[in-house]
Amino acid sequence: MIDGLLVGSVYGLAAMGLSLIWGVMNVINLTHGAMIALGMFGMYVLFGAITGHPYVLLLPEIGVGLLLGVVVYWVAIHWVIGRPMLMSLLSTFAVNMIIIGIGTAVWTTSPYNVNFNLPGLTVGSYTFTGNHIAAAVAALILALALDLFLRRTRPGKAIRAVSDHREAAELMGISSTTVLSIAFGIGIAMAIASGALVATLFPFTILSGGTYQLKSFVVTVLAGLGKPLGALVAGVLLGLLEGAVTPFMAASWIPLIEFTLFVVVLVAFPRGIFGKVAA
Amino acid sequence: MILRRPSFWLILILSAAFVYLPLRGQNVPLREDLVLVAVAIILSSNLNLMIGYTGYVNFGHIVFYGLGGYIGLYLTTARGWNLVVAALAAGVAVSFLALLFGVGILRLRGAYFALATIGVLQAVQAFVINFDPWGRSTGMYMSFEAYKSWGGAMRALWLDYYLVIGVMALSLILSLAIKISKFGLGLFAIRENEDAASVLGVNTTVYKAIVYSVSAFLPAVAGALMFFKNGMIDPFVAFEFSLSLEGIVMLMLGGQGTVTGAALGAGMYEWLRSFLLTSPKLSDFQLVIAGGLLLVVVLFAPGGLIGWVYRLLPRARGVIE
Amino acid sequence: MMPLLEVKDVSKRFGGLLAVSNVSFTLNQGEILGLIGPNGAGKTTLFNVVNGVFKSDGGSINFDGHDIAGKSPHRVVQMGLARTHQIVQPLNEMTVRDNVTVGACFGREYLGLNAARRVAGDVLEQVGMGARANQLARSLTIAGKKRLEVARALAAKPKLLLLDEVLAGLNPTEIAKMIELVRSIRDSGVSVFMIEHLMQAVMNLSDRIVVLNFGQKLAEGRPEEVARNPQVIEAYLGDPNIAEKLTEKN
Repeated sequence: MIDGLLVGSVYGLAAMGLSLIWGVMNVINLTHGAMIALGMFGMYVLFGAITGHPYVLLLPEIGVGLLLGVVVYWVAIHWVIGRPMLMSLLSTFAVNMIIIGIGTAVWTTSPYNVNFNLPGLTVGSYTFTGNHIAAAVAALILALALDLFLRRTRPGKAIRAVSDHREAAELMGISSTTVLSIAFGIGIAMAIASGALVATLFPFTILSGGTYQLKSFVVTVLAGLGKPLGALVAGVLLGLLEGAVTPFMAASWIPLIEFTLFVVVLVAFPRGIFGKVAA
Repeated sequence: MILRRPSFWLILILSAAFVYLPLRGQNVPLREDLVLVAVAIILSSNLNLMIGYTGYVNFGHIVFYGLGGYIGLYLTTARGWNLVVAALAAGVAVSFLALLFGVGILRLRGAYFALATIGVLQAVQAFVINFDPWGRSTGMYMSFEAYKSWGGAMRALWLDYYLVIGVMALSLILSLAIKISKFGLGLFAIRENEDAASVLGVNTTVYKAIVYSVSAFLPAVAGALMFFKNGMIDPFVAFEFSLSLEGIVMLMLGGQGTVTGAALGAGMYEWLRSFLLTSPKLSDFQLVIAGGLLLVVVLFAPGGLIGWVYRLLPRARGVIE
Repeated sequence: MMPLLEVKDVSKRFGGLLAVSNVSFTLNQGEILGLIGPNGAGKTTLFNVVNGVFKSDGGSINFDGHDIAGKSPHRVVQMGLARTHQIVQPLNEMTVRDNVTVGACFGREYLGLNAARRVAGDVLEQVGMGARANQLARSLTIAGKKRLEVARALAAKPKLLLLDEVLAGLNPTEIAKMIELVRSIRDSGVSVFMIEHLMQAVMNLSDRIVVLNFGQKLAEGRPEEVARNPQVIEAYLGDPNIAEKLTEKN
């Protein structure tokens, strides 16, 4: 169960990027899964090549994520912002196809692994995998950092202003395009960071990002848009749910439960379970 | 009257070509290529009803095809039903399920609806993976016995092909018929401005439910026919998410909202795919190229090929539908 | 004779805000009833409640002898009550003719496509847009879009037409033409309920006026009476002599 909590915080981190982008610019980022996969492979490539401490690698990965996010924003998002949502869904999906296509060519669809094991923590009769604890801690730190950034710093407030009311923000002298591109960059950086963490937990392939993207959707919908901390909480809940269900039924039931939950929550709570009326 | 539309006759000519061309010399490889194009046309033109006509983006469209395949294969294999009856039953059953699901998810707008359709697709796949009578994750196989009633496997596959072409013709005719009907006008109004449409008297709830259900019927029948042809089905080939997305790409390529666009887009995409697959260097980059193409279309030509034609020749609007 | 529209004690609440509060009034067959009041008074909300976009929180709405409170908008228009919007809602990628055809297809007569197209042609002539029939709605000017909005509603063959600020954003020539159009609509037998800020138009067009402020009805009566009402003057008009000034000019 606690393990579910730990893994869940990584789900939450993954979802935070999606939720932020959705909330700020009303774009559903379908490159999310590909970015998570890139995060995984980034960890794989850098680990061992540069240092034996995977968590340090989070920083360069986040940096790359920010840059990559800004680039993708300018390629796929900027031009379709005013247009119907289908357009941004398709443009991000197109970028997703391109990234996965290149990734498959480079790494094929074989599983990869990051060989790293932290000593675990034994409390009573339970042993918690060290990697899981570290990942959860990292996720939590990043989540809190994002929340503080949004609430306390000037760029963060600019982001919230633009997401509230773009025109008003522009009238206040905020360059909304710059802000949107940074927000997108942050969203991608979060996705990459979560991918990097997942790489330390489980084996992965170029296609694994897809599973986490779907979980991110479930989490984002549960939490409501644009609420990063809510996404973290919802992610943890999802992890707990998975942990609670696993001893009782085959793992193959979990996706069914998750997706049914997803559809039900979408239909019954269009603003998310934690969401407020004002979108 | 639909008979007056040039497009109607074009559809018949196209279908006749599909029937005749592989028949010369019993050209099985050509038939196999054409059947894929036909399925692509079936999927994209029915998807067009939702996306192009009504403005509701269905990302999980392939679920109708996969479910139709499962129900069809189950009825023919486990219950010994005749293929045609089984395929029709699959169509009816899936349309009915679509109606049930639709009532729930059609309350959602825009991206929320799109996400819900993904959820439905994934949930159905997850369900089938756990469903014993349908073979769980291994799926179902059909023994060659089933082909006996048709006079052997070879004959069965040819007959099955003709049936698929029939479904293709029906799909195109259906899209045309809806487009020139009052029902279609109501759908377009919903696409342009759902709230205004409602104030103008369109019963948007009922219209959406009907079109969603109708858009499920022929793909389900096609699924039953195709998986009968393949002789087997499993939850991964039946509910492949990328197939759903390819349907959308085809529609965008050709021009959503038009009958010709759906068919052209399907044809172009299938041609592109077969070209990429046969070229050894490029087959790895199939996905990259498709993605690039989609990006170009979305950024620069969202009306697709037909949209571009309309802009060049505004008079074409009346002729090429 | 029974009023065409009878609204009794209708309210509408949004969370903590009472947008419309116990409003009652009647509209008689063949009259033009004006609806005025400051911004935020609840005028458009009242329209939305009458035509079914919002459900009222209490009260009754009786139209043409039928209780329509709580009926959905598409049912209401089919019973003969059509409306236009304050912010125009053209069906952009469709032609002007198709826009109006939608109105005719799904309105009170619920016509088939061919009959509807003919009605659409007639209505377009009536409002003076026949020449633009094949233009895409999005290419129209704001005046054109407003006119399209009216044509679409007329195509539904309503008994009562709700016009929401149909003069807003128009230049003086366009205003004069629109006023003429509204008069001719009434003269053809369609009753009109109109929200307007342009006092000159309201005073001259309306047979009677209802005044709203903060969701409540302040006054109901003939233009001259309403214009002299001290509460109305204080809340909205400002000038006690406005009635003379405006009715003098025209």
